[in-house]
Amino acid sequence: MEAFREHQGSVAALPYVNVDTDQIIPKQFLKRVERTGFGQFLFFNWRFLDDNRENPDFPLNQPHMKGASILISDHNFGCGSSREHAAWALKDYGFQVVIAPSFGDIFYNNSFKNGLLPLRMPETLVQSWLEKGQSHSFQLHVNLQEQTVTDESGAIHTFEIDPYWKNMLVYGLDEIGVTLQYEDYIRAYEKAE
Amino acid sequence: MGKTIIEKIWDRHMVYQEEGKPDLMYIDLHLVHEVTSPQAFEGLRLAGRNVRRPDLTYATMDHNVPTKDRESITDIIAKKQMDVLVDNCKDFGVELAGLDSPNNGIVHIIGPELGLTQPGKTIVCGDSHTSTHGAFGALAFGIGTSEVEHVLAAQSLWQNRPQTMEVRIDGRLSPGVSAKDIILALIAKYGVNFGSGHVVEYRGEAIRGLTMEERMTICNMSIEGGARAGLISPDQVTFDYLEGRPNVEQGEAYQEQVEAWKELATDADATFDSTLVLDASDVKPMITWGTNPGQGVAIDGEVPSPEDGKTGAEQRGIQQSLDYMALTPGTKMTDISIEHVFLGSCTNARISDLREAAKYLKGKKVAPGVRALVVPGSMQVKRQAEDEGLAEVFIDAGFDWRAAGCSMCLGMNPDQVPEGERCASTSNRNFEGRQGKGARTHLMSPIMAAAAAVHGRFVDVREVEAQEHA
Repeated sequence: MEAFREHQGSVAALPYVNVDTDQIIPKQFLKRVERTGFGQFLFFNWRFLDDNRENPDFPLNQPHMKGASILISDHNFGCGSSREHAAWALKDYGFQVVIAPSFGDIFYNNSFKNGLLPLRMPETLVQSWLEKGQSHSFQLHVNLQEQTVTDESGAIHTFEIDPYWKNMLVYGLDEIGVTLQYEDYIRAYEKAE
Repeated sequence: MGKTIIEKIWDRHMVYQEEGKPDLMYIDLHLVHEVTSPQAFEGLRLAGRNVRRPDLTYATMDHNVPTKDRESITDIIAKKQMDVLVDNCKDFGVELAGLDSPNNGIVHIIGPELGLTQPGKTIVCGDSHTSTHGAFGALAFGIGTSEVEHVLAAQSLWQNRPQTMEVRIDGRLSPGVSAKDIILALIAKYGVNFGSGHVVEYRGEAIRGLTMEERMTICNMSIEGGARAGLISPDQVTFDYLEGRPNVEQGEAYQEQVEAWKELATDADATFDSTLVLDASDVKPMITWGTNPGQGVAIDGEVPSPEDGKTGAEQRGIQQSLDYMALTPGTKMTDISIEHVFLGSCTNARISDLREAAKYLKGKKVAPGVRALVVPGSMQVKRQAEDEGLAEVFIDAGFDWRAAGCSMCLGMNPDQVPEGERCASTSNRNFEGRQGKGARTHLMSPIMAAAAAVHGRFVDVREVEAQEHA
C-alpha cells in the first residue's frame, strides 16, 4: 500500500449525488489485466463527447479544476459495482484525496488499499466547498496523522478515520504481509474446523 | 440474550481479535471471475505467494463472455482476460468452470446450483452482487481486487463488525407481484443507502413464503440499498433446495448437517441495531424510471417531478435522471414505449424466472420493433429450460435464445443497448450508461419484462392478465 501522510492540493468539485462506479470507470475499460493506465478513462462518458472532444459542460473540464488532486462530491460517492478500477482510475488521473458526506462501502475500502484517501466530512461543509468550487480554484491541506483538513482561511476541520487503516496508510504497509504474520492464528482456526 | 444469525456467523469465523483493530475473519468460499481477478493473481506472482486454499476457491467466467458464437470470440481484449483466467487457474490450482464446462454460468447462479453456497458460510467474490448467496443464511459480500488478492493469499479478511438491520416484510404478495417487486419497492421507499454500514436480515411472513430462487432475487439487490450484505435465516425451504446437490453431504450425513444449520437462525430474543418494515400486501408491480434503483414507482404510477424530492440533493438527482432518461414529469409509466427487452442477470435468470416469463409468453408474439433477448443465468439453467420446452416458447414468441453470461446487464460483451434507446430489463442496475453509452434502462420483474416485450410499452400485468382471462 502506498504511504499517505499529508497532502496539499487544489479542489475539483463534482456536485452530483450517488456517483456510481459505472460512471467513474465505464465497463468498456474493465477488460484490461493491468492496474495502471485507467486515468485516461476516468468519468469517460461524462468527460468526453461522442467525437472524443472534452465535454465543456463537465465540471472536471473547467479550466480552474485542471490539475486538481482533491475531489469533492456529494452523498453515496462510489456506490454500485465493486470494481477497484474506480479507485485506480481516480488515483491514476491524479487524485490523492476524495471528500464526500458518505461513500459506497466497497469503494471506500478499495480507496485505502491504493493510497487514495477517502474522507467522510459533514454535509454542510461539503456543500459549501462544492458551491465554492463551481467558480473558484481553491486549496485544501489534508493531514492524515493529525486527522485535519485546513482551508485557505486557516480554519481547521477534523475528520474520523479507522485507526487500523490510518496506520496502514501512514506507514504504507503491505496488508497481506501484515496478515501473514498471523499465520499461526489462521492455521489454528483451520485446525479447529 | 439471543443472537442474530449475523452475529452467530461472525463469531464463528473469528481468527483473531484485538482492541483497536478490525476482526480477522476466516473466509469459507471465495468465488472468482475474469474481470476482478487478473491483477490479484499478478500481485501474488510478484510477491511470490500462493493461493492458500485452492480447495475453497472456485472460478467461472461470466462478465464478458459472448452469449452466441462462444467458440470464436472476436473481442481480443476480452478474450485475453478470459485466457488469463484459464492460465491463472491452471498455475494456482483453482477449479474453473470455463466456457466449455457444463457448470459455466454467472458466478452467483452457479454457486447455489453446485451446492457450494451453504448456510453459515462466509462467502466473498470480487463482485458487489455476492450478497445473493445470503439467501441461504450465508454471510456473503462483494470485495475489491486488493481484497481478492488478500483472500487468495490468506483465506481471511480484516473486517469491522457491521451494524445489524432487520428488514421485516410481513403480509402476502398479490397475484402478478414478485420478489423483484418487493426489493424494488423497499429501495424506492427507503433509498439507495438505507443499508449503509449494515448487514441486513430479511425476515417476516412474506420472506418465509418465498422459494429459494425468489429469496436470491431479494438478497441479490441488497447492495442497491447500500447494505454490505443481506441474508435470510435458513429453514426447510433452504434445506430442501440444497439436498442432493454436488458439494453438500449426502444421505444421513446431510441430515446431521441440517440439524447443525438449524442452529444458525436468529434467536427469538435477539435484537437488531435498527429495523425497517414493508407490508408485502401493499406492493404492486414496480418499475424504475430513473438512473438509480431507488428511483422506482408502481406500474400504475407516473414519472415524478423534481419538486417531489425532499432535499435539495434529491431534487437535483431527480432532474439529472429525467434529463438522461428523456422523461417528462407526470407521464404515466404505461405510456412509455421500449425498443429492447433483456431477460437475464444474476437477479432474475434462474429457471423459475424463465418459467414465469414463458408462461406469460406462450402463444404471444414480441411487438414489432422490439428486440428481445433471453440469457439464462447458467448453462445448467439453459439445458433445463430447453428440456422443459421453455426455449421453444421464447423462440416462438420472437425472443433471441442465448447462452449463459452477465450479458446486457452491464454490456461488457457485445450485448448492448444503443444510445438513446429504451430497455425493459430484469437486471439490477439502471445506472447511466450501464447497458451501453446513452442507454435508458428500466428495471422490473421477469413477467413485467415479458409483458413489455409483447405490448412494446410498459403494461400492468395484473390488468393484462385479468383481461386475457376474462
